[in-house]
Amino acid sequence: MQINLTVNGETAAAEAEPRTLLVHFLRDTLRLTGTHWGCDTSNCGACVVLVDGEPVKSCTMLAAMADGHEIRTVEGMERDGTLDPVQQGFIEEHGLQCGFCTPGMMLTARALLDANPTPTDDEIRVAISGQICRCTGYKNIIAAIRWAAEHGEEDEVLTSPGGEANDVVTSPQGEGA
Amino acid sequence: MQVPAPFDYARASSVDEAIALLERLGPEARLVAGGHSLLPMMKLRLATPEHLIDINPLADELGYIREHEGEIRIGALTRHREILESDLLAERFPIVRDAEQLIADPPVRNRGTIGGALCQADPSEDLSAVCAALGGVAVIRGAAGERVVDMTEFHRGPYETAVGEAEMLVEVRIPVRAHGGSAYEKVKRRTGDWATAAAGAALWLDGADIVAAGIALSAVNPTSVRSTRAEEALVGAPPSEDAFARASALAAEDCEPVADQRGPADYKRHLARELTHRALRRAAERALAS
Repeated sequence: MQINLTVNGETAAAEAEPRTLLVHFLRDTLRLTGTHWGCDTSNCGACVVLVDGEPVKSCTMLAAMADGHEIRTVEGMERDGTLDPVQQGFIEEHGLQCGFCTPGMMLTARALLDANPTPTDDEIRVAISGQICRCTGYKNIIAAIRWAAEHGEEDEVLTSPGGEANDVVTSPQGEGA
Repeated sequence: MQVPAPFDYARASSVDEAIALLERLGPEARLVAGGHSLLPMMKLRLATPEHLIDINPLADELGYIREHEGEIRIGALTRHREILESDLLAERFPIVRDAEQLIADPPVRNRGTIGGALCQADPSEDLSAVCAALGGVAVIRGAAGERVVDMTEFHRGPYETAVGEAEMLVEVRIPVRAHGGSAYEKVKRRTGDWATAAAGAALWLDGADIVAAGIALSAVNPTSVRSTRAEEALVGAPPSEDAFARASALAAEDCEPVADQRGPADYKRHLARELTHRALRRAAERALAS
């Protein structure tokens, strides 16, 4: 069947079997491998993307269900060479180690800050409670999101993000496959 | 890689169309709402529908929480997050927010629906116990029209409901009564897990005495069920620690927990008593403050 959706502000259309899960449609069909494929059982949250602005586990949504909707993936966080404050926060506060959970964590953080620009630590913890990190013990992730909350859009350019920063926040192709 | 077996996909743009599709496609067709119960079962081949009818386009028609003629009506496609964030529900029935905060996790709550949760009929599901404790009813629609089923009759067994072939759950109705309070208590091993045991309680007072009570347990019976003996023990008594202790002992006596990876049966029975007691205590505090 034909799937038409918007990904990171651009329209995308492709054929897919009805049983194709959104995570595989994004990674294998559209080649957006920044969305990670983890537990396959809607537990780990590595595959979280934003659907119409809300975090959703893309391993538990059919691509067909995303037809006509707006998807945002980690590839859509950086804009015109400028990192999203959430991405910058993960760099500043060392919010990642292996990086596997990072795309999902950052997108959830983005959705949280869009809805609630000044969350408490408890609200941050609840927001990321459906996502598992096995490296950081969550402390630095919470600090990273708080950093992003404290540094709004206006002072987001703190360092030249160039290639170096991008290498930190986007995943190599094929990771998790 | 876990992917469902092949199926044909159809999308319904109205309740009538969904029912017509169910009739035309026959018993191998299933409705999918949020998909967070059905898709995992399809990945494991525990469910292998030949046709999937996506009812997410009905989010406007069936996604609502409104007060109407002395009852709260919740559309079947209302998502967990909307239920959690509803101030109307939190004010009328605090048990709902108690339970929703502990259902799955935020991204799952963004997709999962009350209708999907009730129709999945997992014995450890929470909203079934919530709706039963509050004395709710389920509205089921088919080609012949609507029928209303009490929540105590809705579950026929694990993963079985009163919804027949070519029918769908469209709404849950909960009566609003004065001087009431309600609460939900749940023990789970970690975020996202099903309950090891959970108890929902609702109390209505007339002056100093309890005039009606609803107690429903989750994860300790083959289906979520009300504890009738415990409820009856409370009616006519003032809300006291003694009355709650007697009622929760009866609720624990009447449940049928089975040992699994979440714990042995005697531990779950202990939880059933303790969680019922705590839920009753908090429900009474809220009823007295109302």
